[in-house]
Amino acid sequence: MHTVIIIGGGPAGCEAAYQLASDGIQVHLIEKNNETGGNLNNWYQLFPDRKNAQDLNKRLQEQLNHPGITLHLGMEPSRVEKDGQGRFSVSLSDGSLLEGDALLVATGFKTFDAKRKEEYGYGIYENVVTSVDLENMFRNHAIRTSKGDVPRRIGIIHCVGSRDEKVCNFHCSKLCCITGVKQAIELREMLPESEIFCFYMDMRMFGPGYEEMYREAQEKYNIKFIRGRLSEAAENREHQVQVKVEDTLLGRPLRVTLDLMVLLVGMEASNETQGMARELGVKLAPSGFILPLDPHYGNNLTGEKGVFITGCCSAPMNLTDTLNDARSAAVCITRYLNMK
Amino acid sequence: MNFWGFNISETRSINYDTNDKDMLIHVLQEVPSCKLCIECGGCTAGCTAGRLTSFNIRKLQMFMKRGENKEIREELHKCMLCGKCILVCPRGVDTRKMILSMMKYIKNNQK
Ligand code: SF4
Ligand code: SF4
Ligand code: SF4
Repeated sequence: MHTVIIIGGGPAGCEAAYQLASDGIQVHLIEKNNETGGNLNNWYQLFPDRKNAQDLNKRLQEQLNHPGITLHLGMEPSRVEKDGQGRFSVSLSDGSLLEGDALLVATGFKTFDAKRKEEYGYGIYENVVTSVDLENMFRNHAIRTSKGDVPRRIGIIHCVGSRDEKVCNFHCSKLCCITGVKQAIELREMLPESEIFCFYMDMRMFGPGYEEMYREAQEKYNIKFIRGRLSEAAENREHQVQVKVEDTLLGRPLRVTLDLMVLLVGMEASNETQGMARELGVKLAPSGFILPLDPHYGNNLTGEKGVFITGCCSAPMNLTDTLNDARSAAVCITRYLNMK
Repeated sequence: MNFWGFNISETRSINYDTNDKDMLIHVLQEVPSCKLCIECGGCTAGCTAGRLTSFNIRKLQMFMKRGENKEIREELHKCMLCGKCILVCPRGVDTRKMILSMMKYIKNNQK
């Protein structure tokens, strides 16, 4: 019987583990945290259907009860080696050793550290939060300013840490636009009286139902969209945030005072993704994500035989695409093992 | 003399076929980073000159790209060359160098 070692227990790793195990393959799933789910653990609701994120998480967890899957929680691979027969051995942080016939890297992404964009004031001004912080506020059903008041005016800032040469990220993180629309709607539901703005450069509504959600945000939820990139933010004595953008559709500078500013932080390859790439000698794209062998025929393949990739370690992906990508990786691996 | 009191309005549309793209060719050669603009408005939002006047550097750049050079000739001198716009540009457009290059072109091609 064949064995596959999966590194990373986020949605991609979990789904791939289940698909492989269902095909009769022995799976070792390594996760550095004490629970699986990865970034999904931080999310409140999913777009476009507003499903509770933890329902999906639970379902993925339940699938891991498959007898073919051995879970290694709280573990990190300290060393990965490949022998002449194409077998991998992975040493774990507790000293144990796993052996497998193929390796699947599912080490995912991390969100952009908003402190690196200092002029936006995250960690400096009191009422600047990230989209991740906001998800947490949603889960606690408490949207308040630092003083504990209901924010009467909220601004959501697109492209923070993405499409920005100044922080060395040229890529678009793909999901923040729709996250912004979703969060604007959620804010409106919790705060019916507040004024809610999105400051965007382009609305990238790439998925099924996304454009419809954008339309709904305008029509039903009265979200206001202003086309302009945040240039500067400052804090006033009341700890409100004063922002400056150009209203590019009118061609004039615009100032507005916000009680709460939400930064839609972008996605970067996680440290583990970069570390695994180094360890395994697989190539990185200029974006810092792992470069697949081919964008059409080989998106789960790397230049290294027996090393496969899935999920957001190779590019920003929504959950629909992540789960599909995991299934596609499972198919590639099964085929590879059968030819061995 | 306009005997009838009527005028024929000139068309407002940009005539891309006949517009003069010479300034654009000159500036793109000197400052290739101009090609990278995504019209985000970051430069204009914080522009020192744009705060007090109708000066809009993002729009002037677009006028140049469409060959609408009249507006540029009228407006460009308002820039104070402070360089603030370069600090925010997410695409690394060297806006100040672009402005200098536009100024140089205008000076050398006074009509
Ligand atoms: S998805 Fe939208 S907000 Fe995110 S980087 Fe792309 S354009 Fe910017
Ligand atoms: S250099 Fe000119 S265009 Fe740029 S910010 Fe200063 S005044 Fe505005
Ligand atoms: S900041 Fe840069 S990309 Fe944005 S409008 Fe100005 S020149 Fe263009």
